[in-house]
Order: sequence, then structure tokens, then C-alpha cells
Amino acid sequence: MFPTPIEKQPKAAQLTYKALLPIALLMWLGPLLAVALFSVKPDADFVNANYWGLPSSFELMHNYGQVFFNSDMPRYMLNSVLITVPTVIGAVALSTMTGFALGIYKFRANMWIFFMFVAGNFVPFQILMVPVRDLTLDLGLYNTKTGLVLFHIAFQTGFCTLFMRNFIKALPFALIEAARVEGISEIKIFWYVVLPLMKPALAALSVLMFTFIWNDYFWAVVLTQGAESQPVTAGITSFNAQFRAAYHLMSAGSIVAALPPVAMFFLMQKHFIAGLTLGAVK
Amino acid sequence: MTATTELSQAEPESWFHRNQQAIAPWLFLAPGILFFLVYVIAPVFQSFNLSLYQWDGLGEAEYIGLRNYEDLYYEWVDRDAFYVSLKNNLIWLVLYLLAIPAGLFIALLLNQTIWGIRLYKSLFFFPFVISQVVVGLVFTWFYDPTFGLLNQFLGLFGAGPINVLGNENLVTYGIILAGLWPQTAYCMILYLTGLNAVDPEQIEAGRLDGAKGARMLWYIVLPQLRPATFIAFVVTIIGALRSFDLISVMTQGGPFGSSRVLAYYMFEVALSEYGFRMGYGAAIAVVLFMIMMCFIVYFLWSMYSEEKGH
Amino acid sequence: MHSILKRTAAAVAVGLAFAVPAKAELTGDLTIFLDTSNPAPRATMEEMIGRFGEKNPDLNIEITVIDREAYKTQIRNFLTANAPDVATWYAANRMRPYVEAGLFEDVSDLWAEPEIADNLASTKGAMTIDGKQWGVPYTYYQWGVYYRKDIFEELGLSEPTTWEEEKANCAKIVESGRACYTIGTKFLWTAGGWFDYLNMRTNGFDFHMDLAGGKVSWEDDRVKQTFANWKELIDMGAFIDNHQTYSWQEALPFMVNGEAAAYLMGNFAVAPLRDSGLTDDQLDFYQFVKINPDVALSEDAPTDTFHIPSAAKNKEAARAFLRFAASPEEQTIINNGKNLGQLPVNAQSSVDDDKFLQQGFEMLSSNSTGGVAQFWDRDAPAEMAKVSMEGFQEFMIKPDNLDRILSKLERARKRIYK
Repeated sequence: MFPTPIEKQPKAAQLTYKALLPIALLMWLGPLLAVALFSVKPDADFVNANYWGLPSSFELMHNYGQVFFNSDMPRYMLNSVLITVPTVIGAVALSTMTGFALGIYKFRANMWIFFMFVAGNFVPFQILMVPVRDLTLDLGLYNTKTGLVLFHIAFQTGFCTLFMRNFIKALPFALIEAARVEGISEIKIFWYVVLPLMKPALAALSVLMFTFIWNDYFWAVVLTQGAESQPVTAGITSFNAQFRAAYHLMSAGSIVAALPPVAMFFLMQKHFIAGLTLGAVK
Repeated sequence: MTATTELSQAEPESWFHRNQQAIAPWLFLAPGILFFLVYVIAPVFQSFNLSLYQWDGLGEAEYIGLRNYEDLYYEWVDRDAFYVSLKNNLIWLVLYLLAIPAGLFIALLLNQTIWGIRLYKSLFFFPFVISQVVVGLVFTWFYDPTFGLLNQFLGLFGAGPINVLGNENLVTYGIILAGLWPQTAYCMILYLTGLNAVDPEQIEAGRLDGAKGARMLWYIVLPQLRPATFIAFVVTIIGALRSFDLISVMTQGGPFGSSRVLAYYMFEVALSEYGFRMGYGAAIAVVLFMIMMCFIVYFLWSMYSEEKGH
Repeated sequence: MHSILKRTAAAVAVGLAFAVPAKAELTGDLTIFLDTSNPAPRATMEEMIGRFGEKNPDLNIEITVIDREAYKTQIRNFLTANAPDVATWYAANRMRPYVEAGLFEDVSDLWAEPEIADNLASTKGAMTIDGKQWGVPYTYYQWGVYYRKDIFEELGLSEPTTWEEEKANCAKIVESGRACYTIGTKFLWTAGGWFDYLNMRTNGFDFHMDLAGGKVSWEDDRVKQTFANWKELIDMGAFIDNHQTYSWQEALPFMVNGEAAAYLMGNFAVAPLRDSGLTDDQLDFYQFVKINPDVALSEDAPTDTFHIPSAAKNKEAARAFLRFAASPEEQTIINNGKNLGQLPVNAQSSVDDDKFLQQGFEMLSSNSTGGVAQFWDRDAPAEMAKVSMEGFQEFMIKPDNLDRILSKLERARKRIYK
């Protein structure tokens, strides 16, 4: 193991390490803790310039109550869910199929198609901005969740294909050969042989996609407007316009907006990290 | 689906059955390729085309040849917005890479087995999970000239206050620092996983040879971390070139345009409150695409050689 | 015979006159997009539309309220893709791109009707492009200097009327450890307000409009004189520090806490200032001072408007709604102190007795002989507004960069106005 395990170090080094770790963490998360502190302060503390002292009163319920009952926040949250969930399902479904095709079959165009997906995934997505916006307008899907979902599915298919194809390629090919010898059709091989083996990849990719899509801001701004279709990342900016300089409410709003992906991460940590690092370690 | 299979079993010599190994991949690929062509590949070419037009997004587009690029050239010569954006993009590219050593450093720090280390690891990873919009807001307050944590901290040493986001020389660095926060967390997790897979026997062999600390890291550990470094490099470069959210939330390109990057500038000229130049925006995007293409080609090339090697 | 015919004609005419209201029973759907997203204006508009709905029970009205900032970028999408029957927007050059692209309906016919032609004459110019009118205004508001009366009294100052007095006041305010003016230029347009006033007072309304229209060089000596006047204030330390990091709302606390004595702003700043605890005894208003005595006073009074998109489906109902919104009764109600707290556009309606509205009305009707401007980012084309306001912000922070800024603006002018 590298670096040398701390247990093998002198006692003093061990103690220093254990003492410094929490301090390092506090510094690392400092800006975030500040926001958490802001979010439970009363309005008066900001007027009186009591930014960093203890809250003069503890306003957790009141501030978060404002966010939930006195703003469009709940609607934005719901929009985010309605955008994120179908996208995750769609992108994972499409890329499981493309990944299967590219990982199992040998045909001449295989590599080129794979490269197309990979290159497309790394394209600066700003270059797509104007044409995709026009396309969405032409389809009559501007300012709808569907419009946003369709684009996200398409764009994320690039990354997801890369991910799935590499995963499938690492599966034992002998299994598939055996199934073919049995005369099982390709579709059944996909459904009954490969898919069950892909459960960990499906979980990892879904969790990862959830975070990516939930946190998207650019496309939300380009393709949607207003509370009926915008997700929470875009909503938080208009929330901030509404409560400009009301730092306690802006903080509470930001925390609320950040919670779902954070919860997702803590619940599905193992899958999440597996998803991120697939390919980083062979 | 079942109908097809029944059919193929009923007539074992059917055309589909004979050719299914050749046809099946295309059937599986069709929906994905269709989506991708319509929403990603075609728009890239449309943008190339659009960059030759002058269009306000409302009326008729007018073909103007390379004039948008000519304007970009003059903006470059005059040190105008395009020059500033490109320069900032380079600063982003270089400084954002600091996330890689920083991530490695934290990963080495946390690669221990003491009690509770798993919780530490996830808390250190935390910034990556939050939306960049929230990161932007958090850092805007961190830098606030009147009450920001940064100036409180500087105040302890009798320094400051400095208005990071209001100073045209500091603003880009301030935003990059905000961006490094989640990106370092990302690189850290890549390295933590990589460190798990480092071969203990090689480490022991190194120790017997008297390698220690930095030498051990450089000659024995880092070579084994190459795949992690590669992924970290790719995602960091891409992240640097795509930087938009933070700038949009923290400064809107200000003060007086000094924190623009290409990705933000093109949004600004094409779709923001005062922007009506779709063609010009497309031309900026094409330039950005060309820069990115260097890295994409490098990435594909390394993937290709690796595939060949297997 | 002759008389019978005449009588018949009269009867037909009467019949027609009665037929008009009968025909005006509006049906179908009417969709209205509003940018009045702040709580008070939003409620005002919804109530007004409610009253319109009561008069037209068969009309199914649908309202969409969009965030005011977001609206500015989204209008171009919904006008082409998903047009409502009525949309809010702004007058003058700000509507030009949509007019030129044929996205707004020509409503010159409404302006030919006496109720509108006679009572809204003062805003006709701002609604006119190419000799036609493209919308109907529903509110406007004055700009000027809102100041802390108590601070002025404490320092023994009185409302200035000349540039010398203004600077003398400011010198005393700075001496007392305060800034003269609060401002937040993060979103740029607030600096446009300062430029409007300094340039209109230095060079007059017509010159100002020529500059907005791209007819004068930015490197002209007269423009430089405007900036020289501005620089006098900057060099005195008149403006708060770090204004480039604040929005206009974030700049309010400086005035509330007494760290700054005044704010050059639109009348909409009064509501948040009152909300944060300032009383009318502490708060007052004066017209921006004279600088060049040979120049007639002119004011910024931005007008907010209703338009009918060309792609609207129920244009008949939309026209009826525009008539309704511009009517004297509605104008009185929606602009009163409890609602928008702004000025009615209809000459027949009455102005609320709020002291700021009264002063503003007085100022605009009798003391703005040079003309009425819309605001820099509505009078100048969008692109020029953007690049110039960036220049103003840079100038406020780095006044020494003036020559470089002006040559940049001049290059932009040559490109933008072709």
C-alpha cells in the first residue's frame, strides 16, 4: 500500500494525522458550511452585519418554510425529477443496446461508430446550442420538459455508449459463444444472457447520469423558460432574483437544490464511484 | 420481439436467421445512432454552416461568407472580447490542470485505513456532487467584498479586503479556484480507486531497493496510476473548455467583460439579453470546437492504440 | 323620400353602433405573457386581467408570468414558436428587432381611435417605428435622485439644482465619511442611467439621441466632455466602492444604512427602500441637476408596453385588451401607490398622491422640455447598449482608460450601425 499505512508510523505522526484530518475537512467544506450557517439565520442578522457570529435566532423552519411554501421551488424540484428520471431511463436503455452492439459484434464500421459516439461526447456542447434550439423550436418542443429530455438522452448516449461498450467488452465472451451454439437468437442473448450480467453497470451509470442531468444548467437555460418547465438549477437563479440580497433564503434555496444529488450519492456511493472510475483502472 | 424469435424457430432457414449476426448490431444501434445524428452530429455541421451567415435569430439569415471570422480576427487584433475570451480559455486550460496534482495529493492523504476514513473520503468528494450553480453562489459569497469568508480571513492578518470578482486581473483566477474545488474532488476519487489497484508487491520490492517517499511515488506508483491520470486529464481538459455555469452565475463575464471565456462569450453574443448574432456565436463555437478537436483526436488516438495493443 | 332615406341611414348607423358592443362579446382563448414577476406588480396585473375577464365572461384567459430577467431573452423564442395573444415588452429601440422581423402586429388602427390618439399622445413617439405604432403603453416611471433627507439635514445641505451645488454637496458628504451615491453595476444598466443624465445635461437631448442612433462619433469632444464631468465625481470618491460586484438591489443597503446619501434610480427603488424601514421623512427626491445651462432639461422615463405578436390567434380580443389596459380608469388603478406605484400613461387618469409620484409627474409634465428618453438600453440598439454599458462600467472603475474605451466603442459603432 502506498503511502505507508499510518499505523506503521510513530505514535506522534499518527496523532497528528488524526488531528489534522478533521481540520482539513472543515477547510475543504468551509464555503459550504458557511451557506448552511446562513440558511438558518434570521433576516435581521444580515441587516446588522452579523454574518459570521452565531445566529441570533434559529430560523431553520421559517427559512426552509419560505422556500417550500412561498416560492416556485417545489415546482422546479418536480420539473427536475420529471426531466432527470426519463432521461436516465432513456439514455441508459439506448446505450445498453449500442454498447451491446459495439462490444459484442465484429463488423467493419464498429470502430468508427464507436469513435463517433466518443468524439460527440467530448464536443463542446456550445457548438450545438443554436441548431438544437432551432430544432427544438421547429419540433414545437421549446419550453417543454420533453424537448429537454430528448436532447439530454441524445447527448448522453455518447458517454453512456463509451461506458457500456467498455463494460460489455470485459464480459466473458465464451458465454455468448455458448449461447449461440445453442441456437439462441441474438435478441434473447441480449435479454437473458448479457443484461443480467450488466446490473452493476446499469446501477452505476444510472446514478451517475442522475447527478449529471440534475446538475445541468446550460441546456436548461437554452431550451426552457419559466417555472412550468425549468429544472431547479435554472430555477434557483430566478429564485435568487426574487429574493435578491435575502441571503438566508438564497442559502436555504441552494441547499434544497443540492440535496437530491447529494442524497443519491450517499445512498448509492459504491455504484457512483464505480461508475466514475470505470476505465480509470483496468 | 418474441414474434421474431418464434418466426425464426419456425423457419430455421429464414433470411433473418441466417443473417442475424450481421443484422442484429444494426438493429441495436439504430435508435442510438438516430438520436445522436439528429441532436449531436448534424448540429455540429449546421453550426459550421451558420457561422457563414449573419442572422439575428428572428428574420432571414444573410450569407456573408467568412466575415464573422474576419470580425473575430479584428477583435483579436484589437484585444477585444474575443482576445480576452481566448486568453482566459488558455488560463483555464493550464490552471484547471492543477486539479490533477491536487486530487492526487488529497488521495494520498486519504489512502489510509483508520477508523472513519470512508466517511472522510465521501465528504471530501462532496463538492463534485453539487451543481455548479450552487458552487458558483457559494463562492460568490466566499469572495464578497463586505462579508465574504475570504476577507474575514484576510482581515485576521490585517490584509485585504480584496474584491476578487470585481477586479479584472483577479476575477478569472477567482472563478477557476471555484471550479477547481469540485474538479479536484473528481480527480481525487479517480486516484483513490487507482491507488487501490496498485500492486503491493511492486511497492514492497521498491521498499527493499530503498525507494521512499517522492522517489517511490514517481518511479513506482505513478506509472501504475497512468490510466487514472489519463482519465483525469481528459475530463479536466473538457471541463476547462466547457466552463460556462460558473461564469454565468458568478460574474456574467464581468467586470466589463474581463472574465469571459469562449463558451460564455458565444452564449452572450447569440442568446443573452443583448445578443442577436447567431452566426457570430456559431463562429466562436467553431473556434472552440477546433481547439477541443486537438484533444479529442489525441484521446481517440490513444484509445485506438490501446485497442490495437490488446 | 330623401328624408326617409336619411332616416334609414341614421337608423342603420344607430344599429351599427349598437352592433359594435354586441359583436365585441369576445370568445375563445386569450393568452397573455407577463414579465411582471415581482409579487406586487404580478398581483396588480392579475387583478387587472381579472377585471377584463369579468367584462368578457365568454373569454377564456390564460396568464403566464415569466421571470423579468429571463423574459428578456425568452421573448424571441416564444414570439416565433409559441406566440401568446398579448405580451409585455418595452418601447423604442428595444422593440425594433421584433418589429423589423415582423413579429409584432401593427396596431396603428388602435392609435387612430380618439380615446387612444388623444389621451396617449405623449408616448406615441416611443411606440412608433417606420411611421406605424406597434404596441400600447401601460405604465412609465420617472428617474431621478432619491436621497436621504435626514443625512442632508444633518450636514446642512439642500436639494441642489446646479452642477456646482451638486459637487459642493457631494464634497461635504464625502467629508462626512459617506459616499454620495450608491450604485450596483454588476448588471451594467445602472451605469447607463448615469450616462443618460450626464450626457443629456451636458449635450442635450438631441445629441444624446444621435449618439444612441449611431450618428455621432464616440470620440467626439462633446462625448469626452460628458465623461470629463463624470470623472469629476469619480475622482471625488462620490460612488461606493466595489459597485461592480453588486446588483441594484444589493446596492440598496448602503443607502439604508447611511453609508451612501443618494441613489440615481427609477421610481421602482422607492418600494424596497420603504420596505427596509426608511420613512418618507428620511427619503426624498430631486431632479437631476442642470450641468450645461444652455441645454433644456430632459428626463429618462422608461415606458412598459403591451404588444400583440403577429402570430397571435385571437387578435380581436387582444386589441380589446390593449384598449382596456390603456383606459383612464384602469390606468388610474394599476398605477396607484398600492399597485405598480408608477405613472399612468393616459392623460385622463389621475396620479396617486404618493409624494414621489406627484413629484415625478410634475417633473415630467412641466420640467422636461428637452424631451423624454426611454433609457440607454432601450434607446440604443441592443448590441451597442451592451458594449457601451460595459465601457461605462470600466470607466467608473478605471477612469484613466477612457481613450481606449472610447476607441473601442467607436469601432463597435462602425460595425453595428450599417
